[in-house]
Amino acid sequence: MEDRQGRSRHLVTLVVNGDEYTLAVKANTLLVNVLRDMLDLTGTKRGCELGDCGSCTVLLDGRPVNSCLVLAVEADGHEVTTIEGVAQNDRLDRIQEAFIENAAIQCGYCTPGMILSAKALLTRNPHPTEAEVRQAIAGNLCRCTGYVNIVKAVLAAAENS
Amino acid sequence: MASGRRGSPARRRRVGVKGRGFLFLYLPDFAYHVPGTPEEVVALLARSPGARVIAGGTDLLVKMKQGLVAPPALVSLKRLDGLKRIAPEPGGLFIGARVTLNELINSDLIRGKYASIAGAAAQMANNQVRHTGTLGGNLANAVPSADLPPILIALGARAVVLGPDGERRFPLEELFTGPGRTRLAEGEILTGVTVPEQETTGSTYLKFGLRRSGALAVVGVAVAVTMEGPVVRQARIVLGAVAPVPMRARAAEETVRGREFDRSLAEEAGVAAAAESRPISDIRGSAEYRRDLVRVFTRRALERAVRDGHV
Repeated sequence: MEDRQGRSRHLVTLVVNGDEYTLAVKANTLLVNVLRDMLDLTGTKRGCELGDCGSCTVLLDGRPVNSCLVLAVEADGHEVTTIEGVAQNDRLDRIQEAFIENAAIQCGYCTPGMILSAKALLTRNPHPTEAEVRQAIAGNLCRCTGYVNIVKAVLAAAENS
Repeated sequence: MASGRRGSPARRRRVGVKGRGFLFLYLPDFAYHVPGTPEEVVALLARSPGARVIAGGTDLLVKMKQGLVAPPALVSLKRLDGLKRIAPEPGGLFIGARVTLNELINSDLIRGKYASIAGAAAQMANNQVRHTGTLGGNLANAVPSADLPPILIALGARAVVLGPDGERRFPLEELFTGPGRTRLAEGEILTGVTVPEQETTGSTYLKFGLRRSGALAVVGVAVAVTMEGPVVRQARIVLGAVAPVPMRARAAEETVRGREFDRSLAEEAGVAAAAESRPISDIRGSAEYRRDLVRVFTRRALERAVRDGHV
């Protein structure tokens, strides 16, 4: 459909954190913009916009992707999990608990993406090695912590499963 | 790149060095089409000049945000499930253009007989990009440092291309005509590759990047060898990131052919490959440095493929 300025909009249906939404978006609307600007899910961060930093990581059908490089129209019909969907009924996920216990957070900007990358890893591989953890979060840049406590936290979460 | 010729809006956003504008990472609008069949994709492309195909989008959207390309329309491949296939066919294996890098890595069919393809994919980008980026995108973008072309060419892969006149297949190495340029004509799409049943006994891709993750190849070397006891009956050696297109190191291949393999023969091949490579100097490394990397990585790749088989 077109508006009076001649801009086309497309209807997309997304399941975000278990809730189904049908939204009218422009072709150039990115998934990260839908999440932050239309659904107010601002836990997903915008960083480099180029797929290098991972701060916009969400799970698309369970797989970590950079939501700054996914068109909303391309995500039509798929399931999205953001950081807001990781805790269940106000109970933090064990990965979130482990991040707190291991002081794996400083400024927090990379944390939502880190946790979603870790979540995807532990779902697929409940007992990863340190090398596997490092590889899984290699697409998530943290400029504060030096990664040591983050790796520790993910390994601790794996142990507590 | 085709970009410079097109849209002025893209040019306006260019700031900074060499057209890489980082001030406004705004994605300009475009028309969006999602055809249901490959034939419809081809028909749409034929009547939409300047339209681009989108698969994973991890290269294209970045270029659009940087203002390097400004296609008026994107034609999505997302409904073409046939392009997601990894399927045996007579004489080899078909791998669809929409297969993601992580799907290559996790496919039993590929890990079985073509483990070196999975090995190359595992050295690419980062996990998020490997979940989205596709085989077809890595080939059709024709970046000189791309990681999949060298190993696929070494294994004898053929490109499968669909156009207004139907399907054609040709050796993958003929796909690339220059940086960002391919033989694909307007209205043609790459639907996949076929990799022949291997007579080779070993193959591998070795990459030197400046980081372990998320780094482009400074040099990439793929090797496929056919051994008869200690003798190299046949070898294909393909270099990435040291020429405008992935290049066969034919002098190096000749060096090893029919000779008994040992470390000094591998070194000799490395020296030959370095001499025939045509690297440039850029932000990732000087031409001189790259040439020496070609020598070392050709030697190591040969030793690995001879010793360890397909890895």
